[in-house]
Amino acid sequence: MVAHLVRLKLTLLRNGLRRSAWQVVGLVVAALYGLTLLGLAGAGAVGLGFVDVQLRGDVLVVVGSLLVLGWWVVPLVAFGVDATLDPRRFVTFGVPRRDLLVGLTIAGLIGIPGVVTTLSALATPLAWWREPLAALVALVGAVLAVLACTLGARATTTVLAPVIGRRRVREVVAALAILPFIFLGPILSTVAEGASGVGLESVARVLSWTPLGAPWALAPAVAAGDWAGLLLRLVVALATLVVALRAWSWALDRTLTEPVSAGGDSRARGLGWFGRLPATPTGAVAARAATYWLRDPRYAIAVAIVPVLPVLLAISAPDGAIVLVAGPAAAFTVGWSISADVAYDGTAYWTHLVSPLRGVADRWGRVLVAGSLGLVLTLVVVFGTVWYADRWDALPALLGASVGLLLTSLGGASVVSAAVVYPVQQPGENPFGTKQGASAAAFTSQLVGFTAIGARGAPTAVLALLAVVRDSAALGWAAMGVGLVLGTVVLVAGVRLGGSMLDRRGPDLLQKMRAFA
Amino acid sequence: MPGPVTSAPAPVAGAPALSLQGLWRRFGQKVAVAGIDLEIPAGSFYGLVGPNGAGKTTTLSMATGLLRPDAGTVLVHGVDLWAHPTEVKRTIGVLPDGVRLFDRLTGAQLVTYAGLLQGLDRPTVTSRTRDLLAAVGLEQDADTLVVDYSAGMTKKVALACALVHAPRVLVLDEPFEAVDPVSAANIREILHQYVAGGGTVVVSSHVMDLVQRMCDHVAVIAEGHVLAAGTVDEVRAGRSLEERFVDLVGGRITGEGIAWLRTSSD
Repeated sequence: MVAHLVRLKLTLLRNGLRRSAWQVVGLVVAALYGLTLLGLAGAGAVGLGFVDVQLRGDVLVVVGSLLVLGWWVVPLVAFGVDATLDPRRFVTFGVPRRDLLVGLTIAGLIGIPGVVTTLSALATPLAWWREPLAALVALVGAVLAVLACTLGARATTTVLAPVIGRRRVREVVAALAILPFIFLGPILSTVAEGASGVGLESVARVLSWTPLGAPWALAPAVAAGDWAGLLLRLVVALATLVVALRAWSWALDRTLTEPVSAGGDSRARGLGWFGRLPATPTGAVAARAATYWLRDPRYAIAVAIVPVLPVLLAISAPDGAIVLVAGPAAAFTVGWSISADVAYDGTAYWTHLVSPLRGVADRWGRVLVAGSLGLVLTLVVVFGTVWYADRWDALPALLGASVGLLLTSLGGASVVSAAVVYPVQQPGENPFGTKQGASAAAFTSQLVGFTAIGARGAPTAVLALLAVVRDSAALGWAAMGVGLVLGTVVLVAGVRLGGSMLDRRGPDLLQKMRAFA
Repeated sequence: MPGPVTSAPAPVAGAPALSLQGLWRRFGQKVAVAGIDLEIPAGSFYGLVGPNGAGKTTTLSMATGLLRPDAGTVLVHGVDLWAHPTEVKRTIGVLPDGVRLFDRLTGAQLVTYAGLLQGLDRPTVTSRTRDLLAAVGLEQDADTLVVDYSAGMTKKVALACALVHAPRVLVLDEPFEAVDPVSAANIREILHQYVAGGGTVVVSSHVMDLVQRMCDHVAVIAEGHVLAAGTVDEVRAGRSLEERFVDLVGGRITGEGIAWLRTSSD
């Protein structure tokens, strides 16, 4: 049975690859990334073998604990646990519970993250090549640690599934999940500063008694001759596995008998934006877009960085003009946020396709909403950063560059979203699920779009940069004029081109999106 | 945008409501629709039946502008759909199968959206939205997000969207799937009134019994071909539509059956 489950997982993987060339590309990219990490881990382990025993143990415990923590927490906030072998699909088969759990645990390790984690963990004995007994114990510890990773991930995701399954909770979590990534830089630098002092040793000592660090602390205990410590940590590590297994099994029983419900009804009074915006096709598209900006967390996530960016820039360079970059960056982020708008619609795009809506009206409706929001955000950020840096002389140049970039990126996004669709999270879909096959198509279209916008925006950007660096008012006003005129031209041209592409290729886009499902 | 004036296409009097001529569509290696010709007379209630994977959805998608045919022509009241999409789409109402809706809108917002996209003015859209939601029994849920609707309610709100611009031809793909019997009866009544008022309805369905009772014309499709088409009485030739369908499509397995499935034997 266990072999069946593993074989099923491999077959699913192979069939997925056969279905789309992009998935092969995605797997190759992920594999290269994984190999790099693996190389670093192996080299790091060998390298650690040359440092002092105490430091060696501390580093292994801290890094190892982060790895286990990552397995437990990341699926909840970011990528989701691999759902190709959903236990619910085996309900009708009468698979013995023990076989199911063992099979799913092993199958969970098939895939790039699992393989890299396993091999990296198995490389840790290399750090103990001078103490053979410790190396042997490190091998046992590595196996226990890998099991803690995969069993723990299954336990946390299954136990918390009913909470995470509720739509509201998912949306809030998805919106909050981005914050740690935004603050990753400052957090890491703070941690590094702290750790360089006395931090590492005490952190490692505490972690070595927790479920996260215990399996990694076995070998250091042997090396230190601390046999009581070894035994106690072995107990912690084994107890972790037993508790995780029990929790998973218990939560599995619950999900199998009480399916997750999506949560209560949500209601909205009246017509909202549909009653306020003009009763024209363009107005209707704008009203729909405005409603989605408010109700669909995917849009909020796309621009979540805007209010944070100036703060980050101000923290990283307290007394520079770098913070002024936040204005143009905000403009670009909001403008570019509609670059996958048709893909975000998904197959619901048929509503546009069966109506006599012209592509240009579709484009303008979407641009109006993103543009209005972008203009407000951009102006707030530009005035705020200019005030903070006390560079009012740079205001015309910055306004020109920012608004110009907003118009340019809106125009570029209007073309790109009519040209390419790729799989994205659909509204209501588990935002923690992974989308295979998206990366390469998304990456290519984004790269082409960036390049095109960069080329169109370069004249304004150069003028604005010169104006700010040289304190030249004349260049500043020139940047403003060029930015507004050039931006408007690019926007109108982009909307026209994107609109006529939609008129011609709309059905083909819908067909592609149907094939994703 | 004031485009060049190309002979403004006008509906041809006496032309069939929907005329499919030599439609072909291939997906990769698989030919889904292999030369379908179909005449759907104006004012008919036309059923499209076929086994799973017969090409019903593909055919209806091509007939409504959702999928570009590899070859062939679609005429709606004599006007070429793929040559004049904007003009023709004002005259057809569509309920596709297997697609999402803009489900973060409320039911009332979604129907309003469909109406405004068709270019109707606000008072018309407002009153029609109210009428339609009442007719399909969604008055109470007009302010609920469509994402929180049941499958049957979702079908009903999509039907309201298809009707909001009072189209001359209504093309419905599996409209009764997941709809409860009471709602289905209500929908059938709406459709019958619509046909009585001069409209044309095309529905696809798996349920032979339903098609036999509801439709006056029927076409049987399998493996991308039309096997039989005409009035229901012509096609069923004195037998039940289901028997005739099984005859035409084949695939019934007769004989001893599976011996070990007889639980009484042990």
